[in-house]
Amino acid sequence: MREHQARQERLRAREFEVFVAGAGGRLLHAATLLTAEPPGAAPEAERLLVWALARTRADWGRLHGEDPYERTRQLLATRFAHTGRRYRRSRGGLLGVLAPQERLVLVLRLHEGVGEEQVAAGLGLPVERVRALHTRAMATVLSRPREDARAAHEPA
Amino acid sequence: MSLPDRKEAEVRRLLVQRTAEPVPADLAERALADGARLLRRRRVLRTVLWGVVLAGLLALTAWSLAARPWSEPPPTTTPPAVDW
Repeated sequence: MREHQARQERLRAREFEVFVAGAGGRLLHAATLLTAEPPGAAPEAERLLVWALARTRADWGRLHGEDPYERTRQLLATRFAHTGRRYRRSRGGLLGVLAPQERLVLVLRLHEGVGEEQVAAGLGLPVERVRALHTRAMATVLSRPREDARAAHEPA
Repeated sequence: MSLPDRKEAEVRRLLVQRTAEPVPADLAERALADGARLLRRRRVLRTVLWGVVLAGLLALTAWSLAARPWSEPPPTTTPPAVDW
């Protein structure tokens, strides 16, 4: 019995490793956009992602066919939404000019291709609010397309 | 393609642009370690909760066997009704 459990745990760990090898890059990129850190030097994004991945790992045996990628993304999004204030200051990433909530909506909508209603439901916001955040974020990004590097040195 | 669509496509292109950011080799390892810690913590919590429930049941049984609260009839406080 105990041995059977141990074998199952090893199998789950292996599956999890394969999952991270496949999805890790994309998730890390999304997390890096969220924390507005420069690509390649994003300790905060890594910490955020490891937090979400650890929970996905712990629930691996109870996913019941749920997509682990979607689960991790959802965990990442809600964690970021709750701790967003910590990331208000830009660290030189592409979306540093945006407020954390605007970054979150933009990344979920455009980088992850999640629908408006689903984003709203996942974050517990009204759809109108998500739409407004999206519009504002788009306008800001398009009006200051290449200022991300400079924005890092500006006072927030 | 309408104007908002074109704008969205442009921003999307900006977002998905991947510079060669390396995924740290120990990412899965760290998540595995943290996940194992989470599982362990949950298991300990579950064991403690079951322990508390079982200890409570045991204490109740021991007490009721010792005190036999059912062996004595309940005290009567109402005076008997006569000539009513």
